[in-house]
Amino acid sequence: MKQVSETRPFTIDSFYKFVGEGKLMAVKCNHCGTVLLPPRPACSKCLSKDLKWIPIDNECKLLTYTMIHVSPKEFESNAPYALGIVKFEGGGQLLGMIRDIEPDKLQVGMPLKVDFEKPSILQQTASTQWPQWPRYYFKPL
Amino acid sequence: MTGKPLASIITAGMSKFGRFEGVYARELFVEAAKDAYEKCPNLNPKKDIKALIVGQMGESFEHQGHTGPTVADWVGLTPIPTMRTEAACSSSAVAIRAGIMAIMSGLYDVVMVGGVEKMTHRKTSDVTEYLAMACDYPFEQWQGATFPGLFAMVGRAHMHKYGTTEKQMALVAVKNHHHGAMNPKAHMQKEICLEDALSSRVVAWPLKLYDCSLITDGASCLILTKPEIAKRFTDTPVHIIGSGQASDTIGLYERENLTNLDAGRLAGEEAYKMAGATPNDIDVAEVHDCFTIAEIVAYEDLDFCEKGKGGCLIEDGQTGIDGKIAVNTSGGLKAKGHPVGATGTAQAYEVYLQLTEQAGKRQVKGAEIGLTHNIGGLGATGVVNIYKRG
Repeated sequence: MKQVSETRPFTIDSFYKFVGEGKLMAVKCNHCGTVLLPPRPACSKCLSKDLKWIPIDNECKLLTYTMIHVSPKEFESNAPYALGIVKFEGGGQLLGMIRDIEPDKLQVGMPLKVDFEKPSILQQTASTQWPQWPRYYFKPL
Repeated sequence: MTGKPLASIITAGMSKFGRFEGVYARELFVEAAKDAYEKCPNLNPKKDIKALIVGQMGESFEHQGHTGPTVADWVGLTPIPTMRTEAACSSSAVAIRAGIMAIMSGLYDVVMVGGVEKMTHRKTSDVTEYLAMACDYPFEQWQGATFPGLFAMVGRAHMHKYGTTEKQMALVAVKNHHHGAMNPKAHMQKEICLEDALSSRVVAWPLKLYDCSLITDGASCLILTKPEIAKRFTDTPVHIIGSGQASDTIGLYERENLTNLDAGRLAGEEAYKMAGATPNDIDVAEVHDCFTIAEIVAYEDLDFCEKGKGGCLIEDGQTGIDGKIAVNTSGGLKAKGHPVGATGTAQAYEVYLQLTEQAGKRQVKGAEIGLTHNIGGLGATGVVNIYKRG
């Protein structure tokens, strides 16, 4: 499995392939040490292409959030839903839904962890259009 | 003001903003162009205008691309060179900059720049989806983000860090509706009260319906020329004396700073420097109030107040028509409306009216210096221009 991860190209599609396997992966620049999340084919800081995949620890901190009441069509069955931006200890930030929490319990700075949608949930919410990526989400520790 | 004029506005036009059934974008653009032509009898459009640059965000609205030649034909300017600029909600602010460059390069003496969007014939859910194309697809749209949702997260971060309140945001809506009620071309010419704004339904908490700008149809344009020959066309030109533009990450989620929009700040710094101006020199400003929190953020990014004090500035009434800096006298995107591609040139249209004493009931007495601040997407593009009465 480790070898597979090392040979995947440094693309958004690879990132979501890892998500489908229940793994949160970022790219680290071997030249300057910058963590690239989402991954990029070249380091955006030093432009080096000497990169490697690294796992990201699932624990993170909530930076800001909202409750979406008016949603895009394909998320209507989820609304209202919480959406937030989180920061990971090892570097990098992501945006995603926050589940399994009452809206009034949401707090800037609270710890959260990443989890991954099961395929059955995905089928209910995924659009019929390209692409068909699995989704990650955040939930309380 | 030490800045030399980059280009001069000799006339400007705007269609009525609103909801127009059965009207095409190109037809709205004709209304804007005719308005500009009629204000400048010394201009012979067919002879004088050498190029047309038009901003438009999306071809999805009308299933129509290649907007440059389309509108050029409808305003009687074929076969002049034309192109479309796209920078989401700042598409026509970028057209103004392309026009400035065209004039400054010496390639053309007179250029029409403008913008247009026809939106209201689409369902709100479709409009929401088209507009969301201006934020990141794989990491924002795919995860359930909407534009109100992303600005709501900026708002929540601002509340947390600076103590900004929902009431302060609502006051932006109240002010801009008050201004819009004095603008005969505004989409919503109706006052609202604080209670209306605070009790309107939640779109993406903390943003409510009255915190959001309008889905609107409209077009606007400016005619630019070389400053040396501006007086050939009009006794009252308006000079553009500073112009700045910057970019930021397409995704909000990647940024360290979630309370402000750095592209707008950097564009402002560049424009102030070029104009040799400071925020104290600005009499009137049209800023990007796509959501009320965005206007509060704009005050800070443009140094109208200290960082974090934007909420206090609106609460102290410093940005009304009689305030320290009159902001969004047109009603802003909030009440005048936000036909996305038309907004950049519509902001410049309002500043042009103010600096030529044509703003009627909402005229700021003796306005000499104006500023426009236009944001594309979630601040991935920022454009600021500074104007001086000629």
